[in-house]
Amino acid sequence: MMQLPCPWCGVRDETEFVCGGTTHLARPGLEASDAEWGHYLFFRDNPKGVHLERWRHSFGCGAWFNLARHTVTHEVLAVYGMTEAPPCSGAA
Amino acid sequence: MKYSALALLRGALSSHRNWPPAWRSPEPKAAYDAVIVGGGGHGLATAYYLARNHGIRNVAVIERGWLGGGNTGRNTTVVRSNYLYPESARLYDFSLRLYEGLSRELNFNIMLSQRSHLMLAHSRHDLESLSRWVNTMAMHGIDAELVSREQVGVLVPPLDLSPDARFPVLGAMRQRRGGTARHDAVAWGYARAADALGVDIIQNCEVTGFVTGEGGRVTAVDTTRGRIRAERVGIAAAGHSSVLAKLAGFRLPVTSYALQAMVTEPLKPTLDVVVIAPGTGAYVSQSDKGEMVIGASLDLFPSYAQRGSFGVLQNVVAATLAMFPSFSRLRLLRHWAGIVDVVHDSSPIIGPTPVPGLYINCGWGTGGFKAIPVGGWTLAHALATGRSHELAEAFQLERFITGRLIDEAAATGIAH
Repeated sequence: MMQLPCPWCGVRDETEFVCGGTTHLARPGLEASDAEWGHYLFFRDNPKGVHLERWRHSFGCGAWFNLARHTVTHEVLAVYGMTEAPPCSGAA
Repeated sequence: MKYSALALLRGALSSHRNWPPAWRSPEPKAAYDAVIVGGGGHGLATAYYLARNHGIRNVAVIERGWLGGGNTGRNTTVVRSNYLYPESARLYDFSLRLYEGLSRELNFNIMLSQRSHLMLAHSRHDLESLSRWVNTMAMHGIDAELVSREQVGVLVPPLDLSPDARFPVLGAMRQRRGGTARHDAVAWGYARAADALGVDIIQNCEVTGFVTGEGGRVTAVDTTRGRIRAERVGIAAAGHSSVLAKLAGFRLPVTSYALQAMVTEPLKPTLDVVVIAPGTGAYVSQSDKGEMVIGASLDLFPSYAQRGSFGVLQNVVAATLAMFPSFSRLRLLRHWAGIVDVVHDSSPIIGPTPVPGLYINCGWGTGGFKAIPVGGWTLAHALATGRSHELAEAFQLERFITGRLIDEAAATGIAH
């Protein structure tokens, strides 16, 4: 079972967490076109490699945090706060 | 050669030593009329229907690994067409009808077993939504019926029907035409039939890039076995669709997840229908070898790992035992995962991409196996004519811009 590092509680089993999907998605302004809005809502890089994603320690402290995690090895490369800049770039 | 009882007898007389290979393993040519990326069921079916329906035989199927080694070999072999919305109902029922004639069509026994598919209801609300579902299917001309708790007991004797079960069974929706088909045979049957029509099936050949020419139109694919020119290219790569789309310079509304399944040790005939319990996310059928084939829910985080986590495995085993307490002494023999291409409305994408000449068939998510015939049929149509097939018109990439989604999350039967 994958173990994930909660910034508050330390390493816990994956079953305590819920994945919130890709992080750092910037919501476009009200003037956005349908295409921009559609891309914001639905289209993703979905990398085979490092993915920057948000997780919630739902069955623990409840905190949201960011992870840089490899989608093939499931290795966690970095843990960082919701408002922090990514410590590495996502992508294959 | 044509497979028949006579051929089998002739084979037996020579101790089955002289069967020719079912398809060739040719070297890739420099150019094809159409190249299909992905040698799973959908890709092979596309090649077959390109040759059969459209007369386009100068076609190559390029597969990174081995034929049918991705999700085609990793599913739970269930076929059914119990979808809710008219667009999906037409699409999936067309697929099931093609499956019904496929063994004869391909001269290859796909071991289709229309043994009934049962979706259980655990509450009054489940029963009400299932009766709406049955009525909707009836309006689309697709067979479906509600069955009572007692009838479920007759159909599925080992099922726990006690009122104090964790998820008590109040009834079920039954589709008699639903069932299973042999997954490898579907891939092999299409491969053999496509090969016989002149299609080159090239395994161990990974696409590393797309070459575009005038107007951004795709003109060739770069592979680990050199550049192959193509007038048009189709992608049928399921969980790896985003990887190929990135090579071609666009993104898809797809997230890749691992979907697990497993089989137990074989036992005597015990279960002759497919049962799915939406409340627990487990679905069970018995293979012809006697193994209990158990499907699980998604590991709900992006993954390309082709292996599932023990958390989900534990849940699905517990769910299966809640349904079938007598299975508690069975041992699991094998356990695996496939990488599925999940989109937000659980409906496929079949048609053009932002790159001219490049077409895609993806987004089937957790339910691609049942759709292999129609996925191939409609992608072949798009490749041959440049236009979407009538069945696929509603399933275009642009629906994620216009907002005209077709949300079949319930019909997938799997928590997303």
